[in-house]
Amino acid sequence: MAEVRIPTILRTYTNDQRAVEASGGTVADVIDDLEANYAGIKDRLVEADEVRRFVNIYVDDEDIRFTGGLATAVKDGATVVILPAVAGGAADPVLRAAGTCASTR
Amino acid sequence: MLTIDRATRDAIVAHARRDHPDEACGVVAGPVGSDRPQRFVPMLNAAMSPTFYEFDSGDLLRLYREMDDNDEEPVVVYHSHTATEAYPSRTDINLASEPNAHYVLVSTRDGAEVDGAPIDFRSYRIVDGVVTEEEVTVVDGYADGSTPEQQKAES
Repeated sequence: MAEVRIPTILRTYTNDQRAVEASGGTVADVIDDLEANYAGIKDRLVEADEVRRFVNIYVDDEDIRFTGGLATAVKDGATVVILPAVAGGAADPVLRAAGTCASTR
Repeated sequence: MLTIDRATRDAIVAHARRDHPDEACGVVAGPVGSDRPQRFVPMLNAAMSPTFYEFDSGDLLRLYREMDDNDEEPVVVYHSHTATEAYPSRTDINLASEPNAHYVLVSTRDGAEVDGAPIDFRSYRIVDGVVTEEEVTVVDGYADGSTPEQQKAES
């Protein structure tokens, strides 16, 4: 089991719980387990089999973008933190400015 | 309505001016549920861009952990626009993820980056894609229960 910390904006899915338990050997598995209990949450985290551009997920303090993305291993007792990016700015073609080609939605 | 003390308001403006023409960003944390912006936390704009801001992901994690440890929340999330008005862009609206926060925008366009020049300092709620501007009240301090002297923000 891992403890998953849920950000304010996603607590509508978790009955206002700030932290929930989920099981799975990888981040992808943990997210599937979350989805089984809190339907709808997966779509807010994942798009086309990748973590959404403006969602950060950390396993034991490491941003999973640097540790294998959704395939990152989650050990028993691990802490998974989900934080939406704090981002924005004047540009409408924002993603060009951010140097990515993801879509915001 | 956003009520903010003068020193914090001035610190946000100074940060926006310092980073001009890039966008500046940060939060003002406060005790959970207090609606009082108390602890000014300027953040690095990892995008270092005149049209975009984003907190570095490591900084973001540290910030939220610190706030958790202190029983704080981001009462204000601020950033600057450096060539456009102090109004949330489509990007700001799409990415707003703190429904309880006051989103403060400062514009340093048209010479407002110079110390002492008039500067737009405006505040909004952004919830489910809907922007609602709110009044900003600048106070001299939050003296122990006594009514602080209040003054409307020049805007």
